[in-house]
Amino acid sequence: MSNVILEVKDLKQHFKVNRKFTVKAVDGVSFEIQAGKTFGLVGESGSGKSTIGRSIIRLYNPTGGEVLFNGENISGKLSPSQNTLLRTKMQMIFQDPMACLNPRKKVLDAVAEGLDIHKLYSTSNERNEKVYKILEKVGLSKEHANRYPHQFSGGQRQRVGIARALIMNPDLIIADEAISALDVSIQAQVVNLMKKIQTETNTAFLFIAHDLSMVKYISDYIGVLHLGHIVEMGSTEEIFNNPIHPYTKSLLSAIPSPNPKIEQKRVSLNYDYNSSGIDYNIGNKKLVDGTHFVLATDQEFDNWIQ
Amino acid sequence: MKVLEIRDLHISFKTDSGKVKAIRGVNLDLNKGETIAIVGESGSGKSVTTKAIMGILAGNGEIEKGSINYTWEQHESSEHGIIEGGTADIVKLSKEELQKNIRGRKIAMVFQDPMTSLNPTMNIGQQVMEPMLYNYNMDKKSAYEKALELLNLVGITDAKKRMKSYPHQLSGGMRQRIVIAIALSCDPYILICDEPTTALDVTIQAKILELIKDIQKKKNLSVIYITHDLGVVAKVADYVNVMYAGKIVETGKIDEIFYNPRHPYTWGLLSAMPDLDTDDSILYTIPGNPPNLAQEVVGDAFAPRNKFALNIDYRLEPPMFDVEGSNTHKVASWLMHPNAPKVDMPQELRKKIDKMLKEVNL
Repeated sequence: MSNVILEVKDLKQHFKVNRKFTVKAVDGVSFEIQAGKTFGLVGESGSGKSTIGRSIIRLYNPTGGEVLFNGENISGKLSPSQNTLLRTKMQMIFQDPMACLNPRKKVLDAVAEGLDIHKLYSTSNERNEKVYKILEKVGLSKEHANRYPHQFSGGQRQRVGIARALIMNPDLIIADEAISALDVSIQAQVVNLMKKIQTETNTAFLFIAHDLSMVKYISDYIGVLHLGHIVEMGSTEEIFNNPIHPYTKSLLSAIPSPNPKIEQKRVSLNYDYNSSGIDYNIGNKKLVDGTHFVLATDQEFDNWIQ
Repeated sequence: MKVLEIRDLHISFKTDSGKVKAIRGVNLDLNKGETIAIVGESGSGKSVTTKAIMGILAGNGEIEKGSINYTWEQHESSEHGIIEGGTADIVKLSKEELQKNIRGRKIAMVFQDPMTSLNPTMNIGQQVMEPMLYNYNMDKKSAYEKALELLNLVGITDAKKRMKSYPHQLSGGMRQRIVIAIALSCDPYILICDEPTTALDVTIQAKILELIKDIQKKKNLSVIYITHDLGVVAKVADYVNVMYAGKIVETGKIDEIFYNPRHPYTWGLLSAMPDLDTDDSILYTIPGNPPNLAQEVVGDAFAPRNKFALNIDYRLEPPMFDVEGSNTHKVASWLMHPNAPKVDMPQELRKKIDKMLKEVNL
């Protein structure tokens, strides 16, 4: 029996713009993440993938639905103990490492911030030792601790961001476009680092990205998000080898290939929700096989499966 | 016909930590109607090169030597009358001449983030019309007509209505289309695209690239792409220039670079790119960091990160060697010297390329 660390049930996140108009950024999303596994969320901008991450970690208050983290419901009003659990055991890595590090704080203090807030050390020596150990783990050295963020390269800064998350020894890390702002060769370094950390610490990842080739590489399970609905979900092989939903197909067809002879001829598939005649609100989750689900009505499902 | 010719360009920046030599001898050619791509890591100098072409270097930047020659032919444009042919060295032009004759009119640029390159307080129509009114003193009515035409060209539906919209009312892909329309409004010869799709989704990325390609064919434009995404390069480029530490280390036709790379840095770049068939082994990364260009680089700048580095790499800078059997493919690496030991590309990359070749039956 695998050990489920995060369970999201019918999560809804609506933003009221004015009296007449509400944006339904996330509209009934359910998935679960097992310990030590990576769940990849993909979708175009505006599909609600970042909103899901932010609702789970309670940067927003969810409109509806349940989020169970380690068995505790963290979607309602938080008791102090639940709050502590959420703020220590769930951590987030952001897209732009320059924007999420305080430029006036040394890396040592930036990384130790979580320890300071939750008072997780008895002497300042212990605190520094903890920081040095984490820095080493993410491929930086002790000497880096006394520098400021601007003295680092983009890849190193993102390592600091990962160190900040790791120092709390979390069960779940939400990586929101954590590698999108980096160069190809540095992306590979950071992804390798995340994989290494996962095998060492058995941390689960919620990996939010729009770059499908990286998502394929890092994720065990993938959820394809469009307009606040998960339209297709399954293991990485199931999604990539047997995409069912037209939106997933169009996403996959848009992945650039490194082979110029093929790439020059490739024309990506078009998918337009408004003209496709698909209504996400009336579809149900249909089982394809194994862990592979697709959002469809009975009729659509029959058409696509053929 | 050659429209742009850069020879031995050196650019440095004065900073607190000394002089940073960002560009160290770049040669570049661009022919009419063709597309070149400049690829490299951040800090390799790809953006600086194109900023020099536009004459928009930062205040502390200085072109130490070299030339950027730009040639255009006489042509007649229905809206702008006869434009006389000529040639100019952009390095030697004054700021006023650049602004009056070159920037916008002959060379236009599309930047990475459409939200920051559009003015949030002006509507789309005004912004597309602005360069025509400013550069060619067109009357408002014909500028409006031309703007409508441009919006249709870049695939914006309902152009008349959109002319009154503001940038924040449009999606990222739409905004980038507007930026392209503005760049095209003065009929430039050269379009420089600085990471035009990095801020966009994959689905929209493909659309924008197809659009630029399409317009290029219609208008016979020459395009320079700056990108670190080799997938984008594979889609659009005719020629590829791989840049490292302010120098072009490998240049050639797209097929030559992708199917027969010779420089160890190009090997690294191609290996680091995950494709959909990458299995769960560790992704390849190029070890180490790019050199600090504030210090004098002795020998080959890539040598410390290159496991194939020879002794001479640490002493002498490699010249451009021609790859046998090609007059376009050139590599700056001592490994290409006839006396150098023969080094093959890494096994994994060989496999990857063989598979790509098999897919296209070559």
